[in-house]
Amino acid sequence: MKKISLSSILSQLLLLFFVIVWIIPTFGLFISSLRDKDLLAISGWWTALTTTEINEIYRMSGMESQIEEDGYFKIKGTLFEDNSGKKIESFGINSKKINEFKIGDIAIFKDESEVILDENGNYEWRSKSEFQKKKGKRLFTTSLSPPSFTFENYREVLFKEGIGRAFVNTMAVALPSTLIPLIICSFFAYSLTWMRFYGRDTLLAIIIASLVVPLQMSLIPILTIYNDFGALFGVAAKSYPGVWMAHTGFGLASTTFLLRNFLKSLPNEMMEAAKVDGASHYDIFLRIIIPLSIPAFASIFILQFLWCWNDLLVGLVFLDQVPSEIILTAKLKELLGSRGENWEILTTGAFVSMTVPLFIFFALQRYFIRGLVAGSVKG
Amino acid sequence: MADININTVNKYFGDVHVIKDVSLDIKSQSFTVLVGPSGCGKSTMLRMIAGLEDINSGTISIDGQVVNDLPPKQRNIAMVFQSYALYPHMTVFDNMAFGLKLEKRSKDEINERVNEAARILQIEDYLQRKPKQLSGGQRQRVAIGRAITRKPKVFLFDEPLSNLDAALRVQMRVELAKLHNELEATMIYVTHDQTEAMTLADDIVVLDTGIVSQKGSPLELYDRPNNMFVGGFIGSPKMNFISSKILSKSSDATEVDIMGMSKISVSKMSASSSEGDSVTLGIRPEHLVVNGDSDGSWESKVFVVEKLGDVTYLYLEKDGEPLVAETEGHSEIKVGDTVKVGFPAGRCQLFDSSGQAFK
Amino acid sequence: MTILNLLFIVFLGILFFIAYFHISNYLLDSYGGSSVKRYNFENSIRVIVFIAPAFIVLFIFILYPVFETIRLSFYDKFGREFVGLYNYKWAVNDPEFRRSILNNLVWLLVVPTLSTFFGLVIANLADRIWWGSIAKSIIFMPMAISFVGAGVIWKFIYEYRGPDNTQIGLLNAIIVSLGYEPQAWLTIPIWNNFFLMAIMIWIQTGLALVIFSAALRSIPKEMLEAARIDGASELKIFFSIIIPYLEQTILVIWTLITIIVLRIFDIIFAMTNGEWQTGVLANLMYDWMFRGGGDSGRGSVLAIVIMIGVIPILAWNLYKHRQEQKI
Repeated sequence: MKKISLSSILSQLLLLFFVIVWIIPTFGLFISSLRDKDLLAISGWWTALTTTEINEIYRMSGMESQIEEDGYFKIKGTLFEDNSGKKIESFGINSKKINEFKIGDIAIFKDESEVILDENGNYEWRSKSEFQKKKGKRLFTTSLSPPSFTFENYREVLFKEGIGRAFVNTMAVALPSTLIPLIICSFFAYSLTWMRFYGRDTLLAIIIASLVVPLQMSLIPILTIYNDFGALFGVAAKSYPGVWMAHTGFGLASTTFLLRNFLKSLPNEMMEAAKVDGASHYDIFLRIIIPLSIPAFASIFILQFLWCWNDLLVGLVFLDQVPSEIILTAKLKELLGSRGENWEILTTGAFVSMTVPLFIFFALQRYFIRGLVAGSVKG
Repeated sequence: MADININTVNKYFGDVHVIKDVSLDIKSQSFTVLVGPSGCGKSTMLRMIAGLEDINSGTISIDGQVVNDLPPKQRNIAMVFQSYALYPHMTVFDNMAFGLKLEKRSKDEINERVNEAARILQIEDYLQRKPKQLSGGQRQRVAIGRAITRKPKVFLFDEPLSNLDAALRVQMRVELAKLHNELEATMIYVTHDQTEAMTLADDIVVLDTGIVSQKGSPLELYDRPNNMFVGGFIGSPKMNFISSKILSKSSDATEVDIMGMSKISVSKMSASSSEGDSVTLGIRPEHLVVNGDSDGSWESKVFVVEKLGDVTYLYLEKDGEPLVAETEGHSEIKVGDTVKVGFPAGRCQLFDSSGQAFK
Repeated sequence: MTILNLLFIVFLGILFFIAYFHISNYLLDSYGGSSVKRYNFENSIRVIVFIAPAFIVLFIFILYPVFETIRLSFYDKFGREFVGLYNYKWAVNDPEFRRSILNNLVWLLVVPTLSTFFGLVIANLADRIWWGSIAKSIIFMPMAISFVGAGVIWKFIYEYRGPDNTQIGLLNAIIVSLGYEPQAWLTIPIWNNFFLMAIMIWIQTGLALVIFSAALRSIPKEMLEAARIDGASELKIFFSIIIPYLEQTILVIWTLITIIVLRIFDIIFAMTNGEWQTGVLANLMYDWMFRGGGDSGRGSVLAIVIMIGVIPILAWNLYKHRQEQKI
């Protein structure tokens, strides 16, 4: 028995290792998207959950704000503009000795002015003689920052960086690109399964072959067609309907294939009973096939929707990269180029783009897996 | 009135010729059973009448009208399937009302007809249930109910009882017979079970590899099978077949040999037979006389004894020829005993080498 | 285009297809079927009504383009003049093309193999541990994320800062804490390819995992019990019973991931854009679709090379389909 429990502990540890490796990248992204952008740029996200030591440089106010009090000229103020919850541990007046003084110490500058600082960043700088300089002196602080999270990045990204609009655009691409193939393929799959006509087997073979044709094979000719079409009718060739149809085309084979596999599993006698009952093909489709196919529809809807939502290539080729048409993935790619160092924008943008897939994933995982297992092959 | 006339109908599945020149007349209000082993074409025949399979040549007419090209809904038929084929997402009521709704009948009429059918079949309590909440027998009733509500001229049954357990099958068989009397409709029933065929049918049609082997009333088929196939198919346990030879022919009888142990003169003739021909002698287990006198006889050792209570079956064998004989339920015969079986000449059938019966 | 307009055309687009099917079938139901001739006619029309939209889309977006792409590969950059094998000769001699082919081959070797391997191992581990289904969910989750999103996630992991700065990329932070110099991972030729492949493996392992889990559940319990009664160890059972039983599944998953990897584009496009010798065929093709105003000849050659990669799989699928049809 001892041997078994040892191997069981080993497998638990091994699985735990895999889980940690797999979750950490996404977790890091999520944490980072909630962090203050200044902190994000200078410390790793894994420090966000603990209190961080931060070294900063502040400049005190200049001569304009001095007041005369108790025989001193005083300048009072605070170093921290926002209420960030930072607590100052120590400070210095010289860049070489930034930890020279503790809170409560009186630091004396060369010109004999002196400064006291409390842990919240409020300072009092006083001098016997009048302050002459427009700029105040520098203070070097070492403070501790408690874990703090903010939605500021989301506000920034959604409304200023255009991710919000890209989100809407992506929805406008993905929803019809999922529903249209679902509609036309369910009729197609029905006729391939339950109708008899010449060439049915050939058509089925074509579908099977099309399953694996890479979409790269279609890009150039389709782009040419779109451009010609646009030139002929004088409308913008790259447009939403164009993308819908492209997605429909590229998702047609797999949607049809999956649906046919499902329909084939319905009993033949039931269709015949309906025929004897006097149902036309459309009656059978509406009143029997659709109600019975809801789970299959759900699986296929999820697969195709995620495919369209996550696609980059089709959106890049068949849509203009302008604010009113750009999709999330393309926008993210654009930000990777232009704002490559602004991790608060990248992480937040990426997380926004993942909200819908993750929602679907957690809410409808069962259908998602069922669809994949049903033999999803995507060209 | 709904006579069904089937005239030299042929059906191919690809290269396979499944129905070969079949002609049948089915009388209005009769209960006709198509019977045969699996693959004999009986279901295909039924599905052609229903309009679910195309007909390659020949005609099928219902009530005088050729229906070859009519869709099922215009043939005035209803069909009950082997797997019941209920719509799993609809309630029992909706299952039964589906056809009527498609015909755009009024709500009142639909209610009335469904309730009427439910009353006949005693399923009124289940009308709001879904099929998966029902037992096999209840589903079967719903499937029949679905057929009844449409008031068709012809009912088609495709092995409707084969998914039920033995006890329920007997019960439903009786109810089907009652239903036939009540509805006064033409019923065509497909089964591979000869007991169902014998008990239900006015007429039995035995199909063998796409050909009508024999058509007639149950007793006709039992007493005077046209050929070895029908002889073997009808009756349980099966008819015994013993190889034999014609010893002599007279004007009204044929004398054959029984295992070289005795001879028997059977009053049946075949014009094409002659002395010395090999023939097969057929006799049913229930007609053999065990340890009694008869026209011809055979002695053999008993290998297996099956006691069923009301009867006992003895399994005998001699020189590789098996024989089953029926005797009384409380027989004293044990395995290893030697018994004498008698062959009453009037119960013997003779079949020539191609399996055709002597008349 | 305002958001309201957008919503309106989305609605219109979907409605169009529903209306097409409903109206055409409604007409057929009301006018067909009253006589024999009409019934047959109605049936043929209905087949056309059911098939037409899908077939037209299939024709325009898959069938025609396949032949057109083959044609274009023999034509000049505008698709006007026949140039014979010129584009193919160009490809063979182009160093970028050779690099891409090589990269693609390494991708094809590494990603499907490792994803399948990890999927199989994790599926087996998770199958007998009580928190296994949670673990499966977590490992499967990257499947839902876009390649670009995954790219951002991993670019953050690979982030490089000079040796004097605090490393905010996890990988470099670990390296530095172990006392090594931080590296700009994505710019080290050859090795950077493997850092990109890690992303794909991270995503595709989930796919292998769920399919293996389903397949594992279909293994008859009696068979495993019989093996245990015969005295086989768990490891022996895994290698002598489970692996042979899953042979078909392993093949299916391997092909599935191979197809996805063969046309991999997004990850490389987002992470390195093919620089530092990370380019693959799909990126090179995208590049040639627009480089210098676009060269349809060269682009088509590249598409065809990708297509050639799937032809064995295509043939195998068709063969299997034939076998199924016969039964």
